[in-house]
Amino acid sequence: MTIRRNLFRNGGNLLAATETIRMSTLSLLLAMVVSAIIMAICRYNPFEAFGAIFTGAFGNSRAISQTLVHATPLMFTGLAFTIAKKASLINIGVEGQMYMGAIATAWIGALDFGLPAVLHLPLAILFGAVAGALLAGLVGFLKVRFGSNEVISTIVLNTIAINITGYLANYPLKADGPTAQTNRILPTAELPRLFQGYQLTAAFFIAIAVCAIIYLVMNKSLLGYEIRCVGYNRLAAQTAGIPIGRVMVVTMLISGAVAGLAGAMLVLGVDKRFIVGFSPGYGYNGISVAALAADNPIGVVFAGLIFGALNAGSMVLNRTTRIPTDFINVIQAFVIIFVSAPLLVKDILPFHKLRRKHDK
Amino acid sequence: MRVVEMHDIVKDYPLTRALDHVDFALDSGSIHSLLGENGAGKSTLMKILYGMCTPDQGHIQIKGQSERITNPRQAINLGIGMVHQHFMLAPVMTVAENIVVGSEPDTGLLFDSRKAALVVDQLIARYGFCIKANERVSNLSVGEQQRVEILKALYHGAEILILDEPTAVLTPQEVEELFVIMRELRKAGKSIILITHKLKETLAIADTLSVLRDGRMITSGLSIEGVSADDLARMMVGRDVDLEMTNRSKTIGPISLQVRGLTLKGKEKNILSDLSFDLHRNEILGIAGIEGNGQSELIEVLTGLAKAEAIVFQHEGTTLSGDAHDFIQLKIGHVPEDRSTRGLIKEMTVEENLMLGYHRSPRFNRRGFFRPSAVRDFAQRMIKDYTIKTGSSRQRCGSLSGGNQQKVVIARVFSEDPDLIIVAQPTRGVDIGAMHYIHERLFELRDQGKAILLVSADLDEVRRLSDRIAVMYDGRIVSISKPGEYTETQLGLMMTGSSVEGCKDDNQA
Ligand SMILES: Nc1ncnc2c1ncn2[C@@H]1O[C@H](COP(=O)(O)OP(=O)(O)O)[C@@H](O)[C@H]1O
Ligand SMILES: [Mg+2]
Repeated sequence: MTIRRNLFRNGGNLLAATETIRMSTLSLLLAMVVSAIIMAICRYNPFEAFGAIFTGAFGNSRAISQTLVHATPLMFTGLAFTIAKKASLINIGVEGQMYMGAIATAWIGALDFGLPAVLHLPLAILFGAVAGALLAGLVGFLKVRFGSNEVISTIVLNTIAINITGYLANYPLKADGPTAQTNRILPTAELPRLFQGYQLTAAFFIAIAVCAIIYLVMNKSLLGYEIRCVGYNRLAAQTAGIPIGRVMVVTMLISGAVAGLAGAMLVLGVDKRFIVGFSPGYGYNGISVAALAADNPIGVVFAGLIFGALNAGSMVLNRTTRIPTDFINVIQAFVIIFVSAPLLVKDILPFHKLRRKHDK
Repeated sequence: MRVVEMHDIVKDYPLTRALDHVDFALDSGSIHSLLGENGAGKSTLMKILYGMCTPDQGHIQIKGQSERITNPRQAINLGIGMVHQHFMLAPVMTVAENIVVGSEPDTGLLFDSRKAALVVDQLIARYGFCIKANERVSNLSVGEQQRVEILKALYHGAEILILDEPTAVLTPQEVEELFVIMRELRKAGKSIILITHKLKETLAIADTLSVLRDGRMITSGLSIEGVSADDLARMMVGRDVDLEMTNRSKTIGPISLQVRGLTLKGKEKNILSDLSFDLHRNEILGIAGIEGNGQSELIEVLTGLAKAEAIVFQHEGTTLSGDAHDFIQLKIGHVPEDRSTRGLIKEMTVEENLMLGYHRSPRFNRRGFFRPSAVRDFAQRMIKDYTIKTGSSRQRCGSLSGGNQQKVVIARVFSEDPDLIIVAQPTRGVDIGAMHYIHERLFELRDQGKAILLVSADLDEVRRLSDRIAVMYDGRIVSISKPGEYTETQLGLMMTGSSVEGCKDDNQA
């Protein structure tokens, strides 16, 4: 009781934060329980499944490394979606922006300028971010200038981006050999592995740093303030003299840049080249990550880790059981459903209700 | 006969005791006004009666029977209906569908929409409600939606009707229509509780009244006879309030704002046609008019939110143009008419709202990042100066009461020392204490040499504050004169477009 009072004193913000964390955790647990029930109905053993996922995600140091590797792109794409959402923009185009970032990075990474790694690597990353930003910025521009709905234009542009990058990797940038992929990037552009024999690179820490930076920008900066104003109440923002159109375009540029980084990091850290169809839908999974993170950039780190663990675990699930890995998608889908319907969660969980009563 | 009796009700919220040993009683077939300032506990008391909140202490009797009401369904079964401050209708459904939801007529298997429409039509005819049963709710005005809510309660068999601040969202005309309906219902034997903080309305319609202040019942079941508005104000606020306070400007200064030939085209006809007026320093120019006669658009043009087709527009000798940002830079303050759509961002904190529009000022930030202590100190000062009731400067603005939200807007604009202030509906939904305070600040600013344009649907407010009144009708200014030169009837007539001739037309201050 006294704790609750103190939380209230603090303007209710802390209370809101703990409530959000509680709801996200409950949604996640509920999603797993429901998925387990569905597995059982399909005559798979849910304990076996979650056991395999857990081993695959945390079973040994290699598993943990895999979890972090899988979490990295999800953190970037989740963050990209979150940024746009702050301005109340729905950026379904993260996937396409990530492809653009990946191809730009792969191109620069494979060019031999004779640059040392300290210059070549940042340059390659920069190109990835810029390529993603330009595609998303175009979406913002179309919306502001012509009023086109960003959901539709991003969906269309996803297809276009994926096909353009596919063309580039099949023709002008194609490496010799049978597969549709670009040349291997030069060692000067590679993100070095942190530990011998593990896939983990600095990309993971860059992702966390970018989340932290975006958190600061959103909450402490003038730009972030204006973005939130536009997102919450466009008319009030207009009345306050905030240039709504410009803010929306800038928001999309940042969102696209982060999406581009997702692609850049995958190329420089994992694949070492652009491979056609390299993404299993990281861009779309970013939406689940953002939902679980309740659109909080710091939350994205944790949500990214959770989904990273599920994805890493799904590899072992695939290898050691005959349970389809599609259940990972089922879990993700339920997370979205429960996160977006908090009242449903509150109704489903009786102990939650009891607690509320007790609080009063 | 007593239809409702509530005894010794106590309700605690985390930081406040919303109700402190409150007794309340309602007589059958009467209209009972429940008065109180924002946050007095009116809604809480009625939510307890309607089963939406459970009291920590106390008991309730309905028609002499002790009842424990724990949910609205139970309340409905006991013949209690409530129309909330915020409507709860499905906009895409028809009036009839919205009304019958919860106990729909059916053909045994399917929803019987014909029967529903029939039953609702009968109900509408019986009480003279003037709406169509098969109209979509999204096509209805606010006043009509409210009638749908009332019908919904009646359909579900309400004998006791609770209306929570029904007039806050209505225009004066709609208020009149509502009162006609309420009298009709009283005639039909219903008992009505009208929650309000407006004295005039209480005096106009109530049989009895109760006053809540800070969770305590000050008077309960007082008969309306012999009660004056001043008495009520004293009971509500806890001290004497001068309701008739007027204070005309002693000196009218030089011209601050000059508008000539302002024309704004709409889809079919002109929204504003050839408006011309001057606004002087040390002057409050009030715009009187029924809502929807171009006042909103006039404000938008004067604050850079809309572009006029034709206008000569000078402020302190410089021609104005640009968008809202440019106007703010030119020290033109704007209190928007609707605080929740244009004035505030409810999801953001009080602190963040207090600098909205001025957030780029170097005193709040350095190199693109805010200086938290500067922002905090400013907010704390505003909260103190303007007596904004909030737990902390970092509380969500939307959690404040309407009056305190309005104070946030007012504090933001007034503290910026603007030369020209455009205030629209400055006291809408605000209680008497806050209203009095806002009016005093306006007089103060005017006496400091500011030019103030006041737009308000509250005719009393316009008459009391303005040094000159401009009457708007159908996008035109039909008359400008000193308030003393109009009688209330004359104003009312001009606002509805009749007898435009014969009214004074001197543009001199
Ligand atoms: N759900 C709630 N949680 C915390 N405090 C509340 C809640 N609802 C109302 N209050 C507080 O209770 C008091 C009375 O509120 P309310 O009944 O809404 O006042 P009124 O309707 O007279 O304006 C206020 O101080 C308000 O802040
Ligand atoms: Mg209320």
